[in-house]
Amino acid sequence: MVAAIEIHQLYKRYGAFSALENINLSIYPGEFFALLGPNGAGKTTLISILAGLTLATSGHAKIMGHDVVSDYVNSRRNLGVVPQELVFDPFFTVREALIIQSGYYGIRKNETWIDEILHRLDLTAKADTNMRALSGGMKRRVLVAQALVHKPPVIILDEPTAGVDVELRQALWFFINQLNREGHTIVLTTHYLEEAEALCHRVAMLKQGKIVALDSIRNLINGIQGCSIQLRLSSETLPPILQEWPGSRHEGLHIFKIKDYFQVETLLAILRSEHIQVLEMQLQQPDLEEVFIKIMGAESSDVS
Amino acid sequence: MIGFYTLFYKELLRFWKVSFQTILAPILSSLLYLLVFSHVLETRVQVYPGISYTSFLIPGLVIMAVLQNTFANSSSSLIQSKISGNLVFILLSPLSYLEIFLAYIGAAVVRGLLVGLGVYGVTMLLYDVPLRLPLWALLFAIAGSMLLGALGIIAGIWSEKFDQLAAFQNFIILPLTFLSGVFYSIHSLPSGWQYLSHLNPFFYIVDGLRYGFLGTSDISPYFSLGVVISCLIVISWLTVWMLKSGYKIRH
Ligand SMILES: Nc1ncnc2c1ncn2[C@@H]1O[C@H](COP(=O)(O)OP(=O)(O)O)[C@@H](O)[C@H]1O
Ligand SMILES: [Mg+2]
Repeated sequence: MVAAIEIHQLYKRYGAFSALENINLSIYPGEFFALLGPNGAGKTTLISILAGLTLATSGHAKIMGHDVVSDYVNSRRNLGVVPQELVFDPFFTVREALIIQSGYYGIRKNETWIDEILHRLDLTAKADTNMRALSGGMKRRVLVAQALVHKPPVIILDEPTAGVDVELRQALWFFINQLNREGHTIVLTTHYLEEAEALCHRVAMLKQGKIVALDSIRNLINGIQGCSIQLRLSSETLPPILQEWPGSRHEGLHIFKIKDYFQVETLLAILRSEHIQVLEMQLQQPDLEEVFIKIMGAESSDVS
Repeated sequence: MIGFYTLFYKELLRFWKVSFQTILAPILSSLLYLLVFSHVLETRVQVYPGISYTSFLIPGLVIMAVLQNTFANSSSSLIQSKISGNLVFILLSPLSYLEIFLAYIGAAVVRGLLVGLGVYGVTMLLYDVPLRLPLWALLFAIAGSMLLGALGIIAGIWSEKFDQLAAFQNFIILPLTFLSGVFYSIHSLPSGWQYLSHLNPFFYIVDGLRYGFLGTSDISPYFSLGVVISCLIVISWLTVWMLKSGYKIRH
């Protein structure tokens, strides 16, 4: 089976700065894949290389078996990219923009498909509105539509839900999920980790230009031992014995790591003997966010 | 082919939708030059025997308008797309660098010729303008505007900000057009300046176009055509190379 995306020993340097280092990655047809990492990790750079917007310093990348440099015509025909920046051409209406975009891909009569994507992205009412007059969320949807005019098997979305309100975010996720079910390979970057966790099969985590984790979400989460217990207590200060307990403190909540459920009893017994009352209690299962923070290291837990 | 045609059409629409600024305004400013200069100089200057100064001036103004507007079209389109970021739609597509080159040049030439025709059309209403050898005139107008369209692509790609493009325009394109003999014959210049004028490729475009209008020129139209075509080949090659290598547009 030919991989949807195949990246082999890819490097990108800007002068002395290394934006990507030895990236090797295969993404298979039909996958729903997330590329995660803090700001500046190199996600957009990697996507730009796949799209031919940026040239790699060394290494190769292929889309559906077509090299992105030497066979760019076919790699680009197979790829739809939704850029991170909210760009648009102020000279045209939504429909004009989509007709023109189709033409760039050599497609002349595309009205039926354009009408369908407009409908599915809830843009039909805005079809003849100038791009300038659209809200940010609308422009984002047009960007998605533009990436789909040529029905590409592989779709890459760079932070498609950044700066988008909750309602539209859900609508976009629904739409992207639908595309995946119809057989499109989806790769996206996002900093909404709960949403990535709910939708994606596999993730790669990038840190300073390197892949530091590459696995299914399930395996990554299972790799975290135990869970944590969140408590609001009658006393802010903890007895010495509990100060040693691994965990953290967050807005008046004490978070204690526990390896197994038996430890809950130990913890509660200590609190009782210290005459500290439990006001609130919540058990937390490990999630993708926890994996992310652990892998990125405490110092760079800024997820955005 | 459809890809090229679409980009060409998009570029046409881009200036056509604002034709007030892109076509009418330059026609008007050429007319102002004509009214002022011909009024002041008509009775004082005669460049070629038997040809009035106004008749001498009109072809120069026509080609100056053509050259400035072809340059303006490709350069401003590119820099606007670069700065607003929507060039990405072209860069993401499978359009080849040759298609991009031809579409930008083609649309720029169309705008330049429309402006040139407009200037010529309006002056015809006011003055009796000869057009002795229209094919020669057309040949020089097309070759010259292609050259400026290509220069516009280079300037648009090279500039990162609007003021860099303005510098390119004000310090290179504008002096070269003004010093190309639009308003005077270079034979009236001191010999040092005459020599310098011969190094200016725009001079050959202006002189060649004037040959098409008046049937007489400072130098042989064949020689001028040779110079213009050679420049066109060199500049086009450079432009295509820039587009192919992704210079400043694919990082
Ligand atoms: N054209 C460029 N020149 C120099 N450095 C760049 C350029 N583009 C990106 N970078 C650097 O590469 C790193 C990765 O950027 P990017 O891929 O945008 O990260 P992400 O999308 O993960 O936030 C950043 O440190 C950024 O400053
Ligand atoms: Mg990014």
